[in-house]
Amino acid sequence: MAERPSPNQTVFAPWTDPDAVPLIRIEGVTKRFGDFTAIDNIDLNIYRREFFALLGPSGCGKTTLMRMLAGFETPTEGRISIDEQDMAGVAPNRRAVNMMFQSYALFPHLSVWENIAFGLRRDGADKDKIAARVEEMLKLVQLERFARRKPHQISGGQRQRVALARSLAKAPKLLLLDEPLGALDKKLRQDTQFELMDIQEKTGTTFVIVTHDQEEAMTVASRVAVMDNGRIMQVATPAEIYEQPNSVYVADFIGDVNLIEGRVSSIDEGRATLDWAEGQHPITGQASGSLSKGGRATFAVRPEKLYISREEPTERTNRVWGKILDIGYLGNLSTYHVETTGGQVIKCEMINVSRIDRRDYTWDDEVWLSWSDTAGLVLPE
Amino acid sequence: MMRRLLIAVPYGWLLLLFLVPFLIVLKISLSDIALSIPPYTPTLDLSEGWAGIRDFFSALDFENFTFLTTDDLYWKAYLSSLQIALISTLLTLLVGFPIAYGMARAPVEWRPALMMLVILPFWTSFLIRVYAWIGILSNEGFLNQFLMWIGLVDEPLTILNTNIAVYVGIVYTYLPFMILPVYATLEKMDESLLEAAEDLGCTRNQAFWFVTVPLSRPGVIAGCFLVFIPALGEFVIPSLLGGSQTLMIGKVLWEEFFSNRDWPVASAVAIILLLILIVPIVLFQRNQQKQAEANS
Ligand SMILES: Nc1ncnc2c1ncn2[C@@H]1O[C@H](COP(=O)(O)OP(=O)(O)O)[C@@H](O)[C@H]1O
Ligand SMILES: [Mg+2]
Repeated sequence: MAERPSPNQTVFAPWTDPDAVPLIRIEGVTKRFGDFTAIDNIDLNIYRREFFALLGPSGCGKTTLMRMLAGFETPTEGRISIDEQDMAGVAPNRRAVNMMFQSYALFPHLSVWENIAFGLRRDGADKDKIAARVEEMLKLVQLERFARRKPHQISGGQRQRVALARSLAKAPKLLLLDEPLGALDKKLRQDTQFELMDIQEKTGTTFVIVTHDQEEAMTVASRVAVMDNGRIMQVATPAEIYEQPNSVYVADFIGDVNLIEGRVSSIDEGRATLDWAEGQHPITGQASGSLSKGGRATFAVRPEKLYISREEPTERTNRVWGKILDIGYLGNLSTYHVETTGGQVIKCEMINVSRIDRRDYTWDDEVWLSWSDTAGLVLPE
Repeated sequence: MMRRLLIAVPYGWLLLLFLVPFLIVLKISLSDIALSIPPYTPTLDLSEGWAGIRDFFSALDFENFTFLTTDDLYWKAYLSSLQIALISTLLTLLVGFPIAYGMARAPVEWRPALMMLVILPFWTSFLIRVYAWIGILSNEGFLNQFLMWIGLVDEPLTILNTNIAVYVGIVYTYLPFMILPVYATLEKMDESLLEAAEDLGCTRNQAFWFVTVPLSRPGVIAGCFLVFIPALGEFVIPSLLGGSQTLMIGKVLWEEFFSNRDWPVASAVAIILLLILIVPIVLFQRNQQKQAEANS
């Protein structure tokens, strides 16, 4: 997750330090293909040793942004510098940047060993050095036994690791990973995520990873940029993105969320109160962004922040009544879908402390959902 | 039952159209020349039963093959054919590779049209196309007229009836056999491999040599065999475009058959040619098989 504190070290958060020099500066970058704008005026700083994730739905421009960092596309406007050097006009083979391709792009005519050695050979390093480095990389990704195989003779997961080893072999300042785990099945994916983090830490390389899987971004990244339609919606640590989304889009994109629309009735000391339905109590949450009294806003709260009860919990700030529409039993938790006024369905997640035969609620029960006034956010439209 | 029938069809086809003719030619090559119709002996006479069959087989011998070794015309013709086929294959590769490469890199919507252009010549008679080259390459031909018109040469170059004209003819005729397999391998090459090569420090040029060329190898090998194998036995092109000094085994074979009416020697020449061709054909098969395995 975001912070990886070790006992005698401060939390890794260079982006909070105004004196820190970013490794990558993306300033006002726009990329157009014909009259289609793939990247729309992006500003972004990425720091050394960061594990940075670009997260967004398919087609939002993640790959395009990454290809501009690698040098395969040139920005239509704006400027990209890496390590304080302007990258305009610098060819891909002259950048201290390596990329792990979405398709892995392993050379089918070369063995695993030769694939990893490919970049080193182009640099003209001497044979022993190359061999030592390749062995080191093989060890890093635990593929020593497969060095002589051709790419088509190994599994998808192994290919993914060869691609990783190959892109790390030249010890780049920056490693770009385009949906590196996209082709793996779920279990292998999760294992590999931790392996990636481990390797990133061991090598100290700056990683920029592209993904459309929010869980993956949250797991591996120190910071996440949520993108939509060529724009960056929010850049923050995974915890901030989850707990403090700055827009309905981000809140909705990351994890499960209940969204309730209403009208702001009061704003007071960072708290905003929303009228949302006749016969229901108003909702109070943390105010976010530019809200105006009387204006429309959306309240966002995560299902696990809600508590379900039969009696009205009069001591809680926020409480909503409704009828159970559906119960999803997931083993460790149960999800209750509660229909309230105006057909609004609110999801509530409860940990199953008791065994199922002592479950308290069933379909069509009238229940109350409640949460504290810090549990949710009031976001502008 | 159905399956057996389905398998039997191609085998029957091969048996009928390849093995039977081969056995007939083999038999003739072991026979003796005769002034009769057909112009060789023995012929199988089944009316005499076992004795006839025994007589038939005892009359067969390798005389014609020994004869081929006594006259140096034959092995010189084989060698010269090999040389001409090899050189034309190389030339076809030199011309065909860039064309295939250009096609594979052309915008997707152009590719079918380009492919049509490559195949288009097949729609006219091969013979007419070779004759057309006579009109181009002869002393008064278009090429010489053009060269003299732009002032590059003062008097016409003698191209027709030389080996050069044979090379031109073979390269022209067999070019599609080179282009198509090379194009097929280049076209399915993943573009991102070149980007990966560049990403790892290659210039565009190096990426071409280290990635594109090795990956096109199966196509290049296939194309070379597809040109080399028919070029080796080529008869029409050397006899129409080549000169008296152009020595090719196809021409020798034709003369034995039609000028000398020596079917047995002609058949022996054909059998040896086939034996020579088995080597590249087997290698070709191996290449195709390896490629199929790599793709699966
Ligand atoms: N070379 C190109 N020419 C035209 N449009 C492109 C090109 N590359 C990408 N695009 C468009 O830009 C948008 C963003 O693409 P991409 O960066 O690949 O998205 P993502 O990686 O987030 O899925 C897509 O709509 C895509 O069609
Ligand atoms: Mg992509």
